Amino acid sequence: MYAAPAAVFVLLLFVVPLLLVGQMSASEWPLLQGSRGINLPDNYAGIADDRLFWPAVGFTLKYTLIVVVVLLVLAMGMALLVQERRRGVGFLRTAYFLPVSLGLASASLLFWGFYSPQIGPIDPLLEWLGITDEPIRWIGTPNMALFSSIVLVVWKFAGFFMLILMVGLQSIPNEVYEAARVDGASKVQSFFRITLPLLRPSIALCLIISITGSLLAFDQFFILTNGGPDNSTTTVVMMIYREAFRRFDLGSAAALSVVVLLVLLIINIAQFRYLRRGADE
Amino acid sequence: MRLQQVIGRTSFWVFGGGLAIMFLVPLIWTAVASVSPHGATAQQEGYGFNNYRTLTEYDAGLPTYLWNSAYVSILTVVFTLGLSLLGGYAFARFRFPGRDALFLLIIAILMVPYATLLVPLWVLLGELGMRNSLFGLALVLTLYQLPFSMFMMRISFEAVPREIEESALVDGCGTFGVLRRVLVFAVWPGMITVGLFAFLHAWNDFIAPLFMINDSSRYPLSLAIATLRQQTMGAVDFGATQAGVVIMALPCLLLFVLLQRHYVRGFMSGALKG
Repeated sequence: MYAAPAAVFVLLLFVVPLLLVGQMSASEWPLLQGSRGINLPDNYAGIADDRLFWPAVGFTLKYTLIVVVVLLVLAMGMALLVQERRRGVGFLRTAYFLPVSLGLASASLLFWGFYSPQIGPIDPLLEWLGITDEPIRWIGTPNMALFSSIVLVVWKFAGFFMLILMVGLQSIPNEVYEAARVDGASKVQSFFRITLPLLRPSIALCLIISITGSLLAFDQFFILTNGGPDNSTTTVVMMIYREAFRRFDLGSAAALSVVVLLVLLIINIAQFRYLRRGADE
Repeated sequence: MRLQQVIGRTSFWVFGGGLAIMFLVPLIWTAVASVSPHGATAQQEGYGFNNYRTLTEYDAGLPTYLWNSAYVSILTVVFTLGLSLLGGYAFARFRFPGRDALFLLIIAILMVPYATLLVPLWVLLGELGMRNSLFGLALVLTLYQLPFSMFMMRISFEAVPREIEESALVDGCGTFGVLRRVLVFAVWPGMITVGLFAFLHAWNDFIAPLFMINDSSRYPLSLAIATLRQQTMGAVDFGATQAGVVIMALPCLLLFVLLQRHYVRGFMSGALKG
């Protein structure tokens, strides 16, 4: 009885849209006119023909791979650094975590100004130091745009993953480390033989969140690079937006949405399988 | 041994402190940049609040956008709390047909990308007469808060010992009376966490309003500031953008600092169980 509001809500705003997106993906559906009837499989066939699609997939995968590795390695280092109780650790934790409380859109707007030659602080600093004498094009070339976006994302999320890993680290009992030390294990050995294996559930959680989040990247590229230069930083989710509200083709946007859903489902199921097998061992 | 300790402590501070500076610099920079003089901004000479003045007068005006954001955020918090309080109670305390299926369905929302549902939701809300509606936007934002909130509230209710409510039931309270008079106070910490996350999510979200709201007088702040920088005919106002970032960030930082202990603990218990 008390669950009825939630049930109605989920039915109306989750189940119905899910069915609707399936129907839309199989229909000709211009933005303003509404459904014009089934045209299966035109929308799906159109996806592969779009000359932006495969580059977008490639870019999204490349971005995901780099971001996940950089983020998790850095977050792990930060978690190890601040997990012990010592003076000043509280300050460091807060400093690392503060960017997490900002929204991704705000953070993107912030870095958009930060990188700009008009008011950005980096170029004046470098010029003052005599390192460069002309502005660096932070988002002007494909590689720099990717690099600058990764810096932004790492800055925004490293504290979040640090927190998850810290919780994991603190749940490992001290006795395990002491036993290893007595047996003559070095710090490096005990990190690889004890910490990493015992931290597996936390690492898995970080992986799932960061991979899913990166594959669906949108805000940072929409705001910071607007998909450019030359569409080099267009992600798959940006293509959904472009189809729907720039090319007014909701049918194609829905078909893309369904493809994204299926790919993500497969990836998530694979990750859960892997995680469960790890837990059984 | 002594020397080793000194080296250890020094490198801790060099690494840790250096990183901390790198994390803090952009935040400090945006606050300074929003009030300092720059060529391409309204603040031409000396320090002052001209960028904020530009923002106040931009298009529909800062107060409108602030109100839109606040309205959407508050509605989202109310919807999320309402649904997850009642739902969490139901899942934790009652057996009813379809209980497990419904809970799984709610958790399954996490498996469906945001972007996948935005296109059909745009059509669906339009059919229901909620095109460009902030109310509709709040519904969409609530949907994505449900898995976490429902999970959190279910755990919160399950952690309350049954004896507490049994005496109230014996005293003739109905199940709703028990919820209202007794249990709400016991699950208060969970509600704060759920409400806080719902607020931050709704306040900061960008992609849902971008898809759902096309009428610029109904833009929430995030969307208004992002379009502000594109609209002024090639002449981009960097100063006003940073002023906007500061205004967007202030409530988040404030909530974070005020509720830090709670926020982190609530999150940690969730992360541990998840």
